Amino acid sequence: MSTINPWALGVFILCFAATIVIGSSIQWIRGLFSKKTGGTSHEEWSLGGRGFGPWVTWFLVGGDFYTAYTVIAVPALVYAAGAYGFFALPYTIIVYPFIFIVMPKLWKIAREGGHSTAADIVRARFDSRALEVVVALTGLVAVMPYIALQLIGIRTVIQALGLPGDLPLVIAFLSLAAYTWLGGLHAPALTAFIKDIMIYIAVLVAVTVIPLHTGGYGALFASVEHAQTILKPGQGLPYATLALSSALAAFLYPHTLTGILASRSADTIRQNAVFLPVYTIVLGLIAMLGFMAHAAGIVTTNNSMVVPMLFQKVFPAWFAGFCLAAIAVGALVPAAVMAIGAANLVTSNLLPAQKNPVRASRLTSLLVKLGALVCVLFLNAQFAIDFQLLGGVFILQTFPALILGLLKVRFSATAMLAGWLVGTVFGVSLCWMDGLKPIHPVNFGLFSGNVSTGLLALGVNVILVIVVSAFCPAKKDNSATKQDRVENPA
Amino acid sequence: MKYLNLLLLLPFLGLLWTPLYDRHDPVLLGFPFFYWYQFAWVPVTSILIWVVWKKGNRA
Repeated sequence: MSTINPWALGVFILCFAATIVIGSSIQWIRGLFSKKTGGTSHEEWSLGGRGFGPWVTWFLVGGDFYTAYTVIAVPALVYAAGAYGFFALPYTIIVYPFIFIVMPKLWKIAREGGHSTAADIVRARFDSRALEVVVALTGLVAVMPYIALQLIGIRTVIQALGLPGDLPLVIAFLSLAAYTWLGGLHAPALTAFIKDIMIYIAVLVAVTVIPLHTGGYGALFASVEHAQTILKPGQGLPYATLALSSALAAFLYPHTLTGILASRSADTIRQNAVFLPVYTIVLGLIAMLGFMAHAAGIVTTNNSMVVPMLFQKVFPAWFAGFCLAAIAVGALVPAAVMAIGAANLVTSNLLPAQKNPVRASRLTSLLVKLGALVCVLFLNAQFAIDFQLLGGVFILQTFPALILGLLKVRFSATAMLAGWLVGTVFGVSLCWMDGLKPIHPVNFGLFSGNVSTGLLALGVNVILVIVVSAFCPAKKDNSATKQDRVENPA
Repeated sequence: MKYLNLLLLLPFLGLLWTPLYDRHDPVLLGFPFFYWYQFAWVPVTSILIWVVWKKGNRA
């Protein structure tokens, strides 16, 4: 779109390449420092040996939860829709009480049973192969567009640097593939440090320097009065329900759950529920970039380009290159964790037992990334955020099996399957009829407005689970293990 | 001890009931109420979780 600036491109390539090299050689670097490299075992590749302490977990979970989606799509939505795009903030706040209550319990079950995926946990709880396959497939389908979103993020910044066509996409794909193949989960865990430091520098500089140029935050909001700085009438309900459904869905994804299960102890998770919200502050500041783009006079119809254009307009070329590299690395880390999480699902829940699970997982993660590449090439990337919300409708339908499965009340596998089927069909049909929008208008007499489609489908799902369980209760199971009796999370 | 967990419902109530904060005034440091109110919930939520974690452990 613009001419290539050698400084911006040079700094970008340097930062991006360094991250790839460090991430890919992590197993070798670890070998230098410690004698015991579990190097080749599957748990080592897929869950980092379940030994990540509070700091690594903080960087890893933060690194794969706040993705390129954060840095490109949130300001893009704020730029286009104003205050409404800010729902990412309440979403990433209310997710933490939920994590604090639920995730330590899931971690304990996974640890005791040696489970590495959500589908493993569900199989153990309900003793149902069908439910296991359903949960694994849902995770796979939901994470695919998410990986695509990361590739789009990388492509967006490389295009902003002036490289045309599909070349950027190929570069992004190859670097991601090399990186995951060699490093396993250790690669993103280490490079998450680099990613976060780069993102923090870019964002903190942006949110202090840009308002100085445009006359402070007061002037910032004054300049975007027309783009509405509070919600329009009727936007309150979708704002709140989207925040809630996103929060409930967030940690059902294979990649986020991988980050949680890889931690060393239940207290590591609780501690992170206290400290991970630091990222939410950064997210809120990132969202402000959408308003700053208006103040800086950025005019574009391609909303994904808002942030790259802003950086290039306001910063000197070398620092713009650094910021764009930060976004690209910020997409690489979560994409790697997503591919690993998806590969775990395929090797441990869909395929028959493997002789060489690491090799199988590596191959699968490659295939998953190829699938994501296809998604990028054939689907419209304009509103990346809606795309991700659609995956949210799918993944939310595994909520009952995974989370309600923790309750003392026993639901039957049949009920879970019925709830999943109806919830998924219902949610997807609504989305389809609404033209792939994440919200659906409802009207219950007194109460009417737009509600998150995922949440509606989850409601139908849960009702069905309860009703079917009442008619067709769980068998007195003989496979009951001590992990099954978990405290009520209420 | 279990009653302490109810504290964790506060962020849900405070953030999901949008009429509570969907307004422009009062402005703080240039930020309309809508924004600084939601930002303020970040540290508050951290503290609530920390309290529930520490006190819950002791009980």
